[in-house]
Amino acid sequence: MAAEEHGEGLAFHPMDQFIVRPLFGEGDVGVFTITNATLWMALSVLAIALLFIVGTRGRAIIPTRVQSIAELAYGFIHKMVEDVAGKEALTFFPYIFTVFLFIVFSNFLGLLPMAFTPTSHIAVTAVLAIGVFLTVTIVGFAKNGAGFLSLFWVSSAPLPLRPILALIEIISYFVRPVSHSIRLAGNMMAGHAVIKVFAAFAPLVLISTIGIAVTPLSIVAITAMYGLEILVAFIQAYVFTILTCVYLKDALHPHH
Amino acid sequence: MSAETAAEHGAAAAHGAEAASSGGMPQLDFATFPNQIFWLVVALVVLYFILSRVALPRIGSVLAERTGTITNDIAAAETYKQQAAEAEAAYHKALDDARAAAAKVVEESRAEIQKELDVAIAKADAEIAARTAESEARIGEIRDSAAEAVTTVAKDTTKEILGVFGVKADARSVTSSVTARLKGGAA
Repeated sequence: MAAEEHGEGLAFHPMDQFIVRPLFGEGDVGVFTITNATLWMALSVLAIALLFIVGTRGRAIIPTRVQSIAELAYGFIHKMVEDVAGKEALTFFPYIFTVFLFIVFSNFLGLLPMAFTPTSHIAVTAVLAIGVFLTVTIVGFAKNGAGFLSLFWVSSAPLPLRPILALIEIISYFVRPVSHSIRLAGNMMAGHAVIKVFAAFAPLVLISTIGIAVTPLSIVAITAMYGLEILVAFIQAYVFTILTCVYLKDALHPHH
Repeated sequence: MSAETAAEHGAAAAHGAEAASSGGMPQLDFATFPNQIFWLVVALVVLYFILSRVALPRIGSVLAERTGTITNDIAAAETYKQQAAEAEAAYHKALDDARAAAAKVVEESRAEIQKELDVAIAKADAEIAARTAESEARIGEIRDSAAEAVTTVAKDTTKEILGVFGVKADARSVTSSVTARLKGGAA
Protein backbone atom coordinates (compact mmCIF):
# COMPACT_ATOMS: atom_id res chain seq x y z
CA MET A 1 0.00 0.00 0.00
CA ALA A 2 2.78 2.35 0.97
CA ALA A 3 4.59 1.28 -2.14
CA GLU A 4 1.70 2.28 -4.33
CA GLU A 5 1.53 5.67 -2.59
CA HIS A 6 4.94 6.75 -3.76
CA GLY A 7 5.50 3.99 -6.23
CA GLU A 8 5.81 6.38 -9.14
CA GLY A 9 8.72 8.23 -7.45
CA LEU A 10 10.79 5.42 -5.94
CA ALA A 11 12.47 2.83 -8.11
CA PHE A 12 12.76 -0.61 -6.55
CA HIS A 13 15.23 -2.71 -8.45
CA PRO A 14 17.00 -4.68 -5.73
CA MET A 15 17.84 -7.56 -8.06
CA ASP A 16 19.21 -5.54 -10.95
CA GLN A 17 22.68 -5.60 -9.39
CA PHE A 18 22.82 -9.35 -10.01
CA ILE A 19 22.13 -9.21 -13.74
CA VAL A 20 24.92 -10.70 -15.80
CA ARG A 21 25.40 -8.51 -18.87
CA PRO A 22 28.08 -8.16 -21.52
CA LEU A 23 30.75 -5.70 -20.58
CA PHE A 24 31.21 -4.41 -24.15
CA GLY A 25 28.12 -3.64 -26.19
CA GLU A 26 24.73 -5.24 -26.02
CA GLY A 27 23.53 -8.66 -26.98
CA ASP A 28 23.23 -12.15 -25.61
CA VAL A 29 25.55 -13.65 -23.02
CA GLY A 30 27.43 -16.43 -24.75
CA VAL A 31 29.81 -18.86 -23.12
CA PHE A 32 32.93 -16.81 -23.84
CA THR A 33 31.37 -13.33 -23.65
CA ILE A 34 33.27 -11.02 -21.36
CA THR A 35 30.65 -9.97 -18.82
CA ASN A 36 30.55 -8.05 -15.58
CA ALA A 37 30.89 -11.45 -13.86
CA THR A 38 34.12 -12.00 -15.81
CA LEU A 39 35.39 -8.58 -14.78
CA TRP A 40 34.79 -9.04 -11.08
CA MET A 41 36.19 -12.56 -11.04
CA ALA A 42 39.26 -11.20 -12.81
CA LEU A 43 39.51 -8.40 -10.26
CA SER A 44 39.42 -10.96 -7.46
CA VAL A 45 42.18 -12.95 -9.12
CA LEU A 46 44.15 -9.76 -9.67
CA ALA A 47 43.74 -8.63 -6.06
CA ILE A 48 44.84 -12.05 -4.81
CA ALA A 49 47.82 -12.02 -7.15
CA LEU A 50 48.76 -8.55 -5.90
CA LEU A 51 48.56 -9.62 -2.30
CA PHE A 52 50.25 -12.99 -2.66
CA ILE A 53 52.83 -12.37 -5.37
CA VAL A 54 53.66 -8.68 -5.24
CA GLY A 55 53.10 -8.52 -1.50
CA THR A 56 55.43 -11.42 -0.72
CA ARG A 57 58.04 -10.41 -3.33
CA GLY A 58 60.55 -9.42 -0.65
CA ARG A 59 60.45 -12.87 1.07
CA ALA A 60 61.41 -10.90 4.15
CA ILE A 61 62.20 -12.67 7.40
CA ILE A 62 60.73 -9.61 9.09
CA PRO A 63 57.63 -9.17 6.93
CA THR A 64 56.21 -5.98 5.52
CA ARG A 65 52.58 -5.18 6.34
CA VAL A 66 51.25 -6.66 3.11
CA GLN A 67 53.39 -9.76 3.49
CA SER A 68 52.05 -10.11 7.03
CA ILE A 69 48.51 -10.17 5.72
CA ALA A 70 49.40 -12.83 3.15
CA GLU A 71 51.15 -14.89 5.83
CA LEU A 72 48.22 -14.43 8.19
CA ALA A 73 45.79 -15.76 5.57
CA TYR A 74 48.14 -18.65 4.80
CA GLY A 75 48.49 -19.53 8.48
CA PHE A 76 44.78 -19.19 9.12
CA ILE A 77 43.71 -21.66 6.43
CA HIS A 78 46.73 -23.93 6.89
CA LYS A 79 45.87 -24.32 10.57
CA MET A 80 42.18 -24.81 9.78
CA VAL A 81 42.91 -27.61 7.32
CA GLU A 82 45.34 -29.26 9.70
CA ASP A 83 43.10 -28.95 12.77
CA VAL A 84 39.82 -29.94 11.14
CA ALA A 85 40.81 -32.44 8.47
CA GLY A 86 44.14 -33.72 9.76
CA LYS A 87 47.73 -33.65 8.58
CA GLU A 88 47.24 -35.75 5.45
CA ALA A 89 44.60 -33.28 4.24
CA LEU A 90 47.35 -30.71 3.75
CA THR A 91 47.78 -32.13 0.25
CA PHE A 92 44.55 -30.32 -0.52
CA PHE A 93 45.63 -27.10 1.13
CA PRO A 94 46.31 -25.24 -2.17
CA TYR A 95 42.87 -26.22 -3.45
CA ILE A 96 41.07 -25.20 -0.25
CA PHE A 97 43.09 -21.99 -0.07
CA THR A 98 42.15 -21.18 -3.68
CA VAL A 99 38.47 -21.65 -2.90
CA PHE A 100 38.67 -19.61 0.30
CA LEU A 101 40.51 -16.72 -1.29
CA PHE A 102 38.23 -16.62 -4.32
CA ILE A 103 35.13 -16.50 -2.11
CA VAL A 104 36.49 -14.00 0.39
CA PHE A 105 37.78 -11.64 -2.30
CA SER A 106 34.61 -11.91 -4.39
CA ASN A 107 32.53 -11.21 -1.29
CA PHE A 108 34.54 -8.17 -0.25
CA LEU A 109 34.99 -6.70 -3.72
CA GLY A 110 31.25 -7.20 -4.21
CA LEU A 111 30.66 -4.84 -1.30
CA LEU A 112 32.09 -1.93 -3.29
CA PRO A 113 29.32 0.33 -4.59
CA MET A 114 28.32 -0.55 -8.16
CA ALA A 115 30.20 -3.82 -7.90
CA PHE A 116 29.04 -7.24 -9.05
CA THR A 117 29.29 -10.17 -6.66
CA PRO A 118 30.08 -13.45 -8.44
CA THR A 119 29.46 -15.43 -5.25
CA SER A 120 25.85 -14.20 -5.10
CA HIS A 121 25.12 -16.43 -8.08
CA ILE A 122 24.05 -19.98 -7.55
CA ALA A 123 25.81 -20.94 -10.79
CA VAL A 124 29.13 -19.96 -9.21
CA THR A 125 28.59 -21.36 -5.74
CA ALA A 126 27.14 -24.56 -7.17
CA VAL A 127 30.27 -25.14 -9.22
CA LEU A 128 32.39 -24.53 -6.12
CA ALA A 129 30.23 -26.85 -4.02
CA ILE A 130 30.07 -29.57 -6.67
CA GLY A 131 33.83 -29.31 -7.03
CA VAL A 132 34.19 -29.94 -3.30
CA PHE A 133 31.59 -32.73 -3.41
CA LEU A 134 33.32 -34.52 -6.29
CA THR A 135 36.75 -34.07 -4.74
CA VAL A 136 35.59 -35.43 -1.41
CA THR A 137 33.77 -38.38 -2.98
CA ILE A 138 36.65 -39.32 -5.27
CA VAL A 139 39.22 -38.95 -2.49
CA GLY A 140 37.00 -40.97 -0.17
CA PHE A 141 36.77 -43.91 -2.56
CA ALA A 142 40.38 -43.62 -3.68
CA LYS A 143 41.71 -43.69 -0.13
CA ASN A 144 39.32 -46.14 1.47
CA GLY A 145 37.83 -48.11 -1.44
CA ALA A 146 34.49 -49.59 -0.51
CA GLY A 147 35.34 -48.80 3.09
CA PHE A 148 34.22 -45.25 2.36
CA LEU A 149 30.65 -46.57 2.41
CA SER A 150 31.04 -47.17 6.14
CA LEU A 151 30.46 -43.43 6.40
CA PHE A 152 26.79 -44.26 5.85
CA TRP A 153 26.72 -47.31 8.08
CA VAL A 154 26.54 -46.04 11.67
CA SER A 155 28.10 -49.00 13.48
CA SER A 156 27.52 -47.46 16.90
CA ALA A 157 23.72 -47.51 16.41
CA PRO A 158 21.51 -50.56 17.19
CA LEU A 159 21.41 -52.96 14.24
CA PRO A 160 17.70 -52.51 13.31
CA LEU A 161 18.16 -48.75 13.11
CA ARG A 162 21.19 -48.89 10.86
CA PRO A 163 19.44 -49.21 7.47
CA ILE A 164 17.21 -46.25 8.30
CA LEU A 165 20.19 -44.21 9.46
CA ALA A 166 22.07 -45.25 6.32
CA LEU A 167 19.24 -43.86 4.20
CA ILE A 168 19.28 -40.60 6.13
CA GLU A 169 23.06 -40.40 5.91
CA ILE A 170 23.00 -40.95 2.15
CA ILE A 171 20.35 -38.29 1.66
CA SER A 172 22.26 -35.85 3.84
CA TYR A 173 25.44 -36.64 1.94
CA PHE A 174 23.85 -35.73 -1.37
CA VAL A 175 22.16 -32.64 0.08
CA ARG A 176 25.54 -31.33 1.17
CA PRO A 177 26.47 -29.56 -2.09
CA VAL A 178 22.99 -28.04 -2.24
CA SER A 179 23.14 -26.49 1.22
CA HIS A 180 26.83 -25.72 0.76
CA SER A 181 26.15 -23.61 -2.35
CA ILE A 182 22.79 -22.08 -1.47
CA ARG A 183 24.06 -20.95 1.93
CA LEU A 184 26.76 -18.83 0.34
CA ALA A 185 24.79 -17.50 -2.63
CA GLY A 186 21.71 -16.85 -0.49
CA ASN A 187 23.63 -14.91 2.13
CA MET A 188 25.40 -12.75 -0.41
CA MET A 189 22.26 -12.11 -2.44
CA ALA A 190 19.98 -11.35 0.53
CA GLY A 191 22.28 -8.80 2.11
CA HIS A 192 22.93 -6.97 -1.13
CA ALA A 193 19.24 -6.96 -2.01
CA VAL A 194 18.25 -5.63 1.42
CA ILE A 195 20.78 -2.81 1.12
CA LYS A 196 19.33 -1.97 -2.29
CA VAL A 197 15.79 -1.94 -0.88
CA PHE A 198 16.82 0.45 1.89
CA ALA A 199 18.70 2.53 -0.65
CA ALA A 200 15.52 2.85 -2.71
CA PHE A 201 13.85 4.54 0.26
CA ALA A 202 16.64 7.08 0.69
CA PRO A 203 15.47 9.62 -1.94
CA LEU A 204 11.97 9.73 -0.39
CA VAL A 205 12.72 13.15 1.14
CA LEU A 206 12.70 14.59 -2.38
CA ILE A 207 9.20 13.29 -3.02
CA SER A 208 7.25 13.36 0.20
CA THR A 209 7.35 14.96 3.63
CA ILE A 210 7.39 11.51 5.23
CA GLY A 211 10.88 11.35 3.81
CA ILE A 212 12.17 13.63 6.58
CA ALA A 213 11.81 10.65 8.91
CA VAL A 214 12.32 7.82 6.42
CA THR A 215 15.45 9.06 4.64
CA PRO A 216 17.72 9.26 7.73
CA LEU A 217 16.32 5.93 8.90
CA SER A 218 17.09 4.27 5.60
CA ILE A 219 20.60 5.72 5.56
CA VAL A 220 21.20 4.38 9.09
CA ALA A 221 19.78 1.05 7.98
CA ILE A 222 22.07 0.94 4.94
CA THR A 223 25.06 1.66 7.16
CA ALA A 224 24.06 -1.02 9.65
CA MET A 225 23.40 -3.57 6.90
CA TYR A 226 26.72 -2.71 5.31
CA GLY A 227 28.49 -3.43 8.58
CA LEU A 228 26.64 -6.69 8.88
CA GLU A 229 27.50 -7.53 5.27
CA ILE A 230 31.21 -7.05 5.96
CA LEU A 231 30.84 -9.58 8.73
CA VAL A 232 28.81 -11.94 6.54
CA ALA A 233 31.28 -11.62 3.67
CA PHE A 234 34.01 -13.08 5.85
CA ILE A 235 31.89 -15.51 7.82
CA GLN A 236 30.38 -17.12 4.72
CA ALA A 237 33.82 -17.62 3.18
CA TYR A 238 34.95 -19.09 6.48
CA VAL A 239 31.91 -21.36 6.74
CA PHE A 240 32.31 -22.59 3.17
CA THR A 241 35.97 -23.38 3.81
CA ILE A 242 35.53 -25.06 7.16
CA LEU A 243 32.70 -27.21 5.77
CA THR A 244 35.02 -28.22 2.95
CA CYS A 245 37.53 -29.28 5.59
CA VAL A 246 34.87 -31.20 7.52
CA TYR A 247 33.78 -33.04 4.36
CA LEU A 248 37.38 -33.79 3.55
CA LYS A 249 37.87 -35.23 7.01
CA ASP A 250 34.94 -37.58 6.34
CA ALA A 251 36.62 -38.69 3.13
CA LEU A 252 39.97 -39.32 4.81
CA HIS A 253 38.55 -40.89 7.97
CA PRO A 254 35.09 -42.27 7.13
CA HIS A 255 34.74 -44.28 10.33
CA HIS A 256 32.61 -42.57 12.89
CA MET B 1 5.67 -3.63 3.17
CA SER B 2 7.45 -2.35 0.17
CA ALA B 3 10.06 -5.02 0.63
CA GLU B 4 7.27 -7.58 0.71
CA THR B 5 5.79 -6.20 -2.42
CA ALA B 6 9.15 -6.22 -4.08
CA ALA B 7 9.71 -9.80 -2.99
CA GLU B 8 6.31 -10.83 -4.34
CA HIS B 9 7.03 -9.03 -7.51
CA GLY B 10 10.41 -10.75 -7.69
CA ALA B 11 8.94 -14.16 -7.00
CA ALA B 12 6.32 -13.64 -9.65
CA ALA B 13 8.87 -12.56 -12.20
CA ALA B 14 11.20 -15.40 -11.32
CA HIS B 15 8.56 -17.85 -12.46
CA GLY B 16 8.40 -16.10 -15.76
CA ALA B 17 10.68 -17.35 -18.46
CA GLU B 18 14.12 -15.76 -18.85
CA ALA B 19 13.99 -13.65 -15.70
CA ALA B 20 16.78 -11.38 -16.88
CA SER B 21 14.55 -8.34 -16.95
CA SER B 22 14.35 -6.17 -13.85
CA GLY B 23 12.43 -7.61 -10.92
CA GLY B 24 13.20 -11.26 -11.63
CA MET B 25 15.97 -13.29 -10.10
CA PRO B 26 18.99 -12.99 -12.37
CA GLN B 27 20.43 -15.93 -10.46
CA LEU B 28 17.89 -18.16 -12.15
CA ASP B 29 18.58 -16.90 -15.66
CA PHE B 30 19.99 -20.14 -16.95
CA ALA B 31 21.19 -18.50 -20.16
CA THR B 32 24.06 -16.91 -18.23
CA PHE B 33 25.10 -20.14 -16.51
CA PRO B 34 27.54 -21.43 -19.14
CA ASN B 35 29.23 -18.05 -19.23
CA GLN B 36 29.59 -17.81 -15.45
CA ILE B 37 30.73 -21.40 -15.11
CA PHE B 38 33.29 -21.00 -17.89
CA TRP B 39 34.82 -17.85 -16.41
CA LEU B 40 34.68 -19.25 -12.89
CA VAL B 41 36.64 -22.30 -13.96
CA VAL B 42 39.14 -20.07 -15.75
CA ALA B 43 39.49 -17.87 -12.65
CA LEU B 44 39.88 -20.85 -10.32
CA VAL B 45 42.46 -22.56 -12.52
CA VAL B 46 44.48 -19.36 -12.84
CA LEU B 47 44.21 -18.76 -9.12
CA TYR B 48 45.19 -22.33 -8.33
CA PHE B 49 48.33 -22.09 -10.44
CA ILE B 50 49.25 -18.67 -9.04
CA LEU B 51 48.90 -19.98 -5.52
CA SER B 52 50.28 -23.49 -5.80
CA ARG B 53 53.22 -22.61 -8.09
CA VAL B 54 54.31 -19.24 -6.75
CA ALA B 55 52.62 -17.89 -3.65
CA LEU B 56 52.29 -20.90 -1.35
CA PRO B 57 55.82 -22.32 -1.79
CA ARG B 58 57.19 -18.82 -1.28
CA ILE B 59 55.21 -18.16 1.91
CA GLY B 60 55.89 -21.69 3.16
CA SER B 61 59.64 -21.24 2.69
CA VAL B 62 59.57 -17.80 4.31
CA LEU B 63 57.72 -19.18 7.32
CA ALA B 64 60.08 -22.16 7.58
CA GLU B 65 63.08 -19.87 7.24
CA ARG B 66 61.70 -17.59 9.93
CA THR B 67 61.13 -20.51 12.28
CA GLY B 68 64.67 -21.67 11.58
CA THR B 69 66.07 -18.20 12.16
CA ILE B 70 64.21 -17.83 15.41
CA THR B 71 65.35 -21.27 16.62
CA ASN B 72 68.94 -20.47 15.67
CA ASP B 73 68.77 -17.08 17.31
CA ILE B 74 67.42 -18.58 20.50
CA ALA B 75 70.15 -21.21 20.46
CA ALA B 76 72.76 -18.53 19.80
CA ALA B 77 71.35 -16.43 22.62
CA GLU B 78 71.59 -19.48 24.88
CA THR B 79 75.22 -19.96 23.86
CA TYR B 80 76.01 -16.31 24.48
CA LYS B 81 74.33 -16.50 27.85
CA GLN B 82 76.45 -19.54 28.69
CA GLN B 83 79.55 -17.72 27.53
CA ALA B 84 78.63 -14.68 29.58
CA ALA B 85 78.17 -16.88 32.65
CA GLU B 86 81.51 -18.53 31.99
CA ALA B 87 83.19 -15.18 31.52
CA GLU B 88 81.69 -13.97 34.76
CA ALA B 89 82.89 -17.08 36.58
CA ALA B 90 86.35 -16.63 35.07
CA TYR B 91 86.34 -12.98 36.11
CA HIS B 92 85.40 -13.87 39.66
CA LYS B 93 88.04 -16.60 39.74
CA ALA B 94 90.67 -14.19 38.43
CA LEU B 95 89.60 -11.66 41.05
CA ASP B 96 89.86 -14.25 43.82
CA ASP B 97 93.24 -15.43 42.53
CA ALA B 98 94.49 -11.89 42.39
CA ARG B 99 93.27 -11.28 45.92
CA ALA B 100 94.98 -14.46 47.13
CA ALA B 101 98.20 -13.55 45.32
CA ALA B 102 98.11 -10.06 46.78
CA ALA B 103 97.53 -11.46 50.25
CA LYS B 104 100.45 -13.85 49.76
CA VAL B 105 102.72 -11.06 48.55
CA VAL B 106 101.72 -8.96 51.55
CA GLU B 107 102.38 -11.86 53.87
CA GLU B 108 105.74 -12.60 52.29
CA SER B 109 106.81 -8.97 52.40
CA ARG B 110 105.74 -8.74 55.99
CA ALA B 111 107.69 -11.88 56.86
CA GLU B 112 110.74 -10.61 55.01
CA ILE B 113 110.55 -7.23 56.65
CA GLN B 114 110.13 -8.94 60.00
CA LYS B 115 113.16 -11.06 59.32
CA GLU B 116 115.25 -8.07 58.32
CA LEU B 117 113.94 -6.23 61.32
CA ASP B 118 114.88 -9.11 63.59
CA VAL B 119 118.36 -9.23 62.12
CA ALA B 120 118.74 -5.47 62.46
CA ILE B 121 117.48 -5.59 66.04
CA ALA B 122 119.83 -8.43 66.88
CA LYS B 123 122.70 -6.57 65.29
CA ALA B 124 121.82 -3.41 67.15
CA ASP B 125 121.49 -5.36 70.39
CA ALA B 126 124.91 -6.92 69.81
CA GLU B 127 126.44 -3.54 69.08
CA ILE B 128 124.86 -2.06 72.13
CA ALA B 129 126.15 -4.95 74.21
CA ALA B 130 129.61 -4.51 72.72
CA ARG B 131 129.62 -0.79 73.38
CA THR B 132 128.34 -1.32 76.88
CA ALA B 133 131.08 -3.83 77.56
CA GLU B 134 133.67 -1.50 76.11
CA SER B 135 132.39 1.39 78.17
CA GLU B 136 132.33 -0.73 81.30
CA ALA B 137 135.90 -1.80 80.60
CA ARG B 138 136.94 1.77 80.18
CA ILE B 139 135.09 2.84 83.29
CA GLY B 140 136.81 0.01 85.19
CA GLU B 141 140.11 1.15 83.78
CA ILE B 142 139.45 4.73 84.73
CA ARG B 143 138.37 3.62 88.19
CA ASP B 144 141.51 1.48 88.61
CA SER B 145 143.78 4.24 87.41
CA ALA B 146 141.96 6.67 89.71
CA ALA B 147 142.52 4.35 92.69
CA GLU B 148 146.16 3.98 91.72
CA ALA B 149 146.49 7.73 91.42
CA VAL B 150 144.90 8.12 94.84
CA THR B 151 147.44 5.67 96.29
CA THR B 152 150.32 7.42 94.64
CA VAL B 153 149.06 10.81 95.72
CA ALA B 154 148.54 9.50 99.26
CA LYS B 155 152.11 8.09 99.38
CA ASP B 156 153.61 11.24 97.93
CA THR B 157 151.56 13.42 100.27
CA THR B 158 152.49 11.22 103.23
CA LYS B 159 156.23 11.48 102.28
CA GLU B 160 155.93 15.21 101.89
CA ILE B 161 154.16 15.57 105.23
CA LEU B 162 156.73 13.35 106.90
CA GLY B 163 159.46 15.38 105.25
CA VAL B 164 157.93 18.60 106.61
CA PHE B 165 157.85 17.05 110.08
CA GLY B 166 161.47 16.12 109.60
CA VAL B 167 161.03 12.49 109.61
CA LYS B 168 163.10 10.56 107.14
CA ALA B 169 160.95 7.65 106.32
CA ASP B 170 161.95 4.91 104.07
CA ALA B 171 159.75 4.45 101.02
CA ARG B 172 158.82 0.86 101.83
CA SER B 173 157.27 1.37 105.18
CA VAL B 174 155.38 4.42 104.02
CA THR B 175 153.95 2.57 101.12
CA SER B 176 152.81 -0.38 103.22
CA SER B 177 151.29 1.80 105.88
CA VAL B 178 149.43 3.98 103.36
CA THR B 179 148.15 0.92 101.59
CA ALA B 180 146.96 -0.53 104.89
CA ARG B 181 145.29 2.73 105.79
CA LEU B 182 143.63 2.99 102.39
CA LYS B 183 142.37 -0.53 102.72
CA GLY B 184 141.15 0.12 106.17
CA GLY B 185 139.61 3.39 105.07
CA ALA B 186 138.02 1.67 102.20
CA ALA B 187 136.79 -1.01 104.49
